[in-house]
Formats: sequence, C-alpha cells, structure tokens
Amino acid sequence: MVTELAEVTRDAVLEALACVADPEIPAVSIVDLGMVEDVRVDADAIRIELLPTFVGCPALDAIRHSVEERLGAFGRPVDLEFGFRVPWTTDRITPPGRERLRASGFAPPDEATCPYCGSADVVLENLFGPTQCRSLHYCRACRQPFEAFKPV
Amino acid sequence: MTASTALAELLLTMADDEFVAGFMDSEWTGIAPILEEDVAMSSISQDELGHAKALYELLAEVLDDGRDADAIAYDREPEAYRHARLLDRPRGDWADTIARRFLYELADEARLASIGGGYAPLADLVAKLRREERYHRMHVLAWIERLATGGPEARGRLVAALAGAGEAAATVFTPLDGEADLLRAGILTRAFDEAEAAWRTDLTRVLVPLGLDLPPRIEHGPDGRAGHSDAFRWLWGEFTSVRRSEVGATW
Repeated sequence: MVTELAEVTRDAVLEALACVADPEIPAVSIVDLGMVEDVRVDADAIRIELLPTFVGCPALDAIRHSVEERLGAFGRPVDLEFGFRVPWTTDRITPPGRERLRASGFAPPDEATCPYCGSADVVLENLFGPTQCRSLHYCRACRQPFEAFKPV
Repeated sequence: MTASTALAELLLTMADDEFVAGFMDSEWTGIAPILEEDVAMSSISQDELGHAKALYELLAEVLDDGRDADAIAYDREPEAYRHARLLDRPRGDWADTIARRFLYELADEARLASIGGGYAPLADLVAKLRREERYHRMHVLAWIERLATGGPEARGRLVAALAGAGEAAATVFTPLDGEADLLRAGILTRAFDEAEAAWRTDLTRVLVPLGLDLPPRIEHGPDGRAGHSDAFRWLWGEFTSVRRSEVGATW
C-alpha cells in the first residue's frame, strides 16, 4: 500500500479537482474558476481551501460532494473548507477557463463581445440572471441572446 | 459589556436586516411588474439571504452556545428578531419596495464601510459582501431615477413611498449597546452616527438632483429594532413554516 499512498501528491490532487465541474456552469471546473486557493497533502488528510464565487452560492454543497467523491480514490480523509480569507474575484478565472466559458456561450467577465459571433454590438438586458454569477445580454449582430459571467 | 457580546449584537443586527430584507423581497418572485425584475429581485433576494447565512454562521461561532446558523435564523420567536424598523414594513407596491431597498442598500453600504479589521473573519466577509452589494446599488439607483422621472403616477408613488418610510428610514443606525467596545476593538472604525451622516450625504447626492426630499432626522429610540409589525409576524410565519413543520428534521 506504500506505493498507493506515494501517489497522493499535490499535483495529483489538483488534477482530480480539475475534473470537478461547476454545477451551475458545467463547462468549467472549480480549477478553471480559480476557486482553489490552497491544497495541502498531509499524512492524515488532504486539506483543501476553496473560495466561494458568491457568498450565497447555493452550489457549495454540491461542490463539496463532488470534491469528496473525486478525491475518494486517494483513500485519505478530505478536509474541505470554504472561506473568505481571500476574496474570490473574477480575475481568478484562468485563461483556459475563459476560453471554455466562451465556447459554451458565456461571455467571460469584462469582455463585452458576443461569445457566438464575436461582435461588440451587444446590449446589457439585465444585470441579474438565472444564477447569482450571471447577467443577461443580447447581440444585435447575430440576434442571439447570451449570458455573461458577472465581474466581481 | 465584553467585546464578544458587542460583536454578537452587531452580527445579529446585520444578519437579521439582510434576512428580513431578503425574505420580504423574495415575495416578488413570480409577480414582479416585468419579467426582468422578477429575475433581478429573485437574484438580489438570494444574495441577501446568502449574506444573512454567512453572518449567522459567524454569529454561531462567536456565541458558541450549541445553536447553528439555521437555529439562530429560524428558531426564535418574532419578538427576538432585531432587524431595523425600516425593514419591518409590508411589501407594499413596487415603489414601496424600491424606496425601502434604496434607503436600506445605501445604509447597509455605509455600515459595511464602517467595519474595521478588529475581527478578521468579519472583515474578510465584508470585503466580499461589498463586491456583491455594488450590483444592488446600481439596480436600485436605476429604479429611483426611472420612477422619479417616469411620469406623474410613477413619481407620485415614489414620493409617497419615501414619505411612508419616513421616520423609520434611519433606524438601521439605531445605536448598539456595545458600540464603544466595538470601536475600542477596531471592529468598527466609526460610530453609527458618523455612518449615518455619510449615508445622508450619499442620499443627498441622489435625491436632491431629482427634486426629492430626504428622510427626516430622528432621535434614535429603543424601538428602532424592536416592536414588530403584523407584516413581519406574517413573514415570520412564512419563513419558519417549513422548519416548524418537522422539528429537528434535516432538509
């Protein structure tokens, strides 16, 4: 079993976390969103600090469940904490994360162009959308409504 | 009064304000005047309830009396809630809601700007809350302007709604018993009367160009956060109904 334990590295844990999809925008993972603030592999537990994107995000329980399920393969207890020690901001979304948002029809934060046709001829329809992190927009060029990740 | 008793009082009043504001405004879900506002008001209410939850969680840690955030939020009798009288009003029409939200959002912003680093978990949370509240401010300011300039009926209703809030408007700044302790501990960086002055300056910048009156100055009394209305008792019945229907259940 020694060899199996040796496989629990920080990189291996991060790789596993990169497979945990955001329940509200499944095209991106919690790593893409920059929610992972700290990963520590200790002898007794894998300790993870995640930053909620929004304070009242109702998806946190679902994320906790997915993380515990995904890391279960390491055979070590998972100590997962959500905290506000560092405020999550949309600047933490990684470049691949921004690309995946765009590909799934979401304008990345602070990018006022249509994710479908790239036009800048877009209007804000509503600062608020179907979840706390999304706003509603309309592209006048391709006449396509789209959503954007709200900058915070 | 110890700093931790004073901190508990601050957290409870902040949490109760967000909780009651969030639940009352969530009553618009499904019946707001236009679809966009149905979405917006539902999202804003969800934010406020999330903020209340985070504040109740901090309070549960400070109190350490065996109650969790849900127990504090739902297991009190109506009289024990400490929200400001401004929020202790019936939902009313859309203008009443916008007037109440406007007075409250700007007051909450002045309060959040008064929180210092004396208790790090609160300071960390407040830094995050302020990023989200920014959107609530943009939303309500757009509506104040729209109602004030939207013709006689819209303006008339807004004027009546602001006047109706009247003396209750400033009750968010009802002095706390432990304010001196909070200032000493650096949990507050300024007293509530200074925060209230900042709020009035902020209100003036919005209301005066629109030709609207500021709420009256009041002598703060013990009823600023006590003695609740029938509207709140009704709301309490609504928001505790699920919890009361099966005591001790895990939802």
